Amino acid sequence: MTDTATDTARGTVVETTATTGTPHPLALGFRATAKTITPVEPEPAASGHTVLHTRNLNVDYGQFRAVRDVSFDVHQHEITALIGPSGCGKTTVLRCYNRMNDLIEGARVTGTIEYHGVDLYGEKVDAVEVRRRIGMVFQKPNPFPKSIYDNVAYGPRVAGQRKGLGEVVENSLVKAALWDEVKDRLSDSAFELSGGQQQRLCIARAIAVDPDVLLMDEPCSALDPIATARIEDLMQEIKQEYTIIIVTHNMQQAARVSDMTAFFTAEVHSENDNRTGILVECDHTDVIFSNPSDERTENYVTGRFG
Amino acid sequence: MVTRLIDSRSRSAIAASIQGRRIDTGGLLFRSLLQSALVLTLVILAVLLVSVFADGWSQIGGRLGEFLSGTLRSQSKDAELGVHQGIYGSLWIAVSVAVLAFPIGIGAAIYMEEYAPRNRFTSFIEVNIRNLAGVPSVVYGLLGLAMLVNGDIFGLDRLTGGRSTLSAGITLAVLVLPIVIITSGEALRAVPNSLREGAYGVGATRWEMIRTQALPYAAPGILTGTLLSMARAVGEAAPLILVGAVTGRLGDNPALLDLGALSERFTALPIVITSWTQQSGRDTGFAAAAAGAIVVLLVFVLIMNSAAIGLRNRFEKKRG
Repeated sequence: MTDTATDTARGTVVETTATTGTPHPLALGFRATAKTITPVEPEPAASGHTVLHTRNLNVDYGQFRAVRDVSFDVHQHEITALIGPSGCGKTTVLRCYNRMNDLIEGARVTGTIEYHGVDLYGEKVDAVEVRRRIGMVFQKPNPFPKSIYDNVAYGPRVAGQRKGLGEVVENSLVKAALWDEVKDRLSDSAFELSGGQQQRLCIARAIAVDPDVLLMDEPCSALDPIATARIEDLMQEIKQEYTIIIVTHNMQQAARVSDMTAFFTAEVHSENDNRTGILVECDHTDVIFSNPSDERTENYVTGRFG
Repeated sequence: MVTRLIDSRSRSAIAASIQGRRIDTGGLLFRSLLQSALVLTLVILAVLLVSVFADGWSQIGGRLGEFLSGTLRSQSKDAELGVHQGIYGSLWIAVSVAVLAFPIGIGAAIYMEEYAPRNRFTSFIEVNIRNLAGVPSVVYGLLGLAMLVNGDIFGLDRLTGGRSTLSAGITLAVLVLPIVIITSGEALRAVPNSLREGAYGVGATRWEMIRTQALPYAAPGILTGTLLSMARAVGEAAPLILVGAVTGRLGDNPALLDLGALSERFTALPIVITSWTQQSGRDTGFAAAAAGAIVVLLVFVLIMNSAAIGLRNRFEKKRG
């Protein structure tokens, strides 16, 4: 873990805010002006700079604690995989990063999540702006009931962009490795695509708003091995530009694509059979799969459990 | 690969076990019950249509133009007897429902489904709206009488002109409001969550998500529900009697688009039908006139429903 990098980044942010007197561009709370100013890129930093700094994260749904005391860092231009058995809170943690849990009534997030040193759950933070910077690809491909073009153009459009949409759509589809398959039928319904194509369309849709981070919630679980391989290749290509967190049930996938792996497991409360997710360890992927420090991790990755 | 069959005795045993011709009596009985339910419905409808057309033929076949432009008369032989005043009333009642009940009802439904928190208070409100949808229409007629005609509250009679088309339209708009809210709410609830999340995921605000995803997806359902409620409003007679629909003689015969007559005394097709049926006791010619008016009302509702189906198909096509 590179706590020093984070601290440096955080220090910089505080200083900038104090000296200039204007809100730091990453302070996200100014939706009214956000459409007129060009988004400022995150502070240039060496590779390995911490993008998402999570400390003592708890998530509760009403009386039920879904995730307890999760702490780990996600670094820029790396792929971080969240693995673990069902019900261990991987998806719940993932959905904290783009404030998706806000949409669930009774969900409460406590602890610290800092995005480039800025508190993601700070008072002035606008969840809508967060989601433009931290995009998401869902478990089941969920294209909109619109044309292929309109699906990709949707994000830029809601962000207020009217010009140059064609270019954005083309670039996003190229990056998502879908352009050659759909360039002649952009006005067809997205539902006419195969499952794998639909998921790549959803990736194109997510990257069309030029996010900084991509959250992928089991993006291949509904796809066949060939479509899965295409998406894995794609992730390797786009990680030069994005920071990716992927939740996966597939350990081979985590081993193949990720730089870092976080292993989660569930504590079962014997009194009511509720499960609370905890993070066992987060380390370099090769360490997790060859020489993990926790016995539970070893049992899981060697297939003795789960 | 060598194909090896089992011996013929075992094979015939297997054949016997999978070739059984069991007669599924329960299933057949159930199916014929369902079929007869459908047939019965169709027969009743056919009898109704045929008899209404046959009875009303002397009016709608012989003198359709005069019948459509004529007015309420005391003699069925009167050359100016017709349903024009009824069409005027029903048309503007339908318009009032569209203008008042649709935006308010759909708006309330969007708020309930998309914005309001789910707690005891909101579920209490929801139960009450469902109950309101079941309140007899006469009760709404009483409400219209007190508020819009007598002006007991807020002095609204000055606005509506008392016993007028406008009072009738507002009363029926209030009558169908709960139905519009319930059907629109159900259509919105059927919008898949993945669609909402997809929109939020690329940075849509709640309003943008509703406008670009939830409403277009729910549009066919909302449309079906609202237009069914309009058909119901157009067919209501009881509340109109309380609001003061004219059953006997009505002086004015306003042109269909004459907005000035909205605050005048009025009648409507269901009232015309009721009134003429009652009068057929003393003047048998009114029976044919009532049947003719029924045909006009049926065509009126048919036009509205076809418009609804056409629009719905267009929305559904868009939905993909």
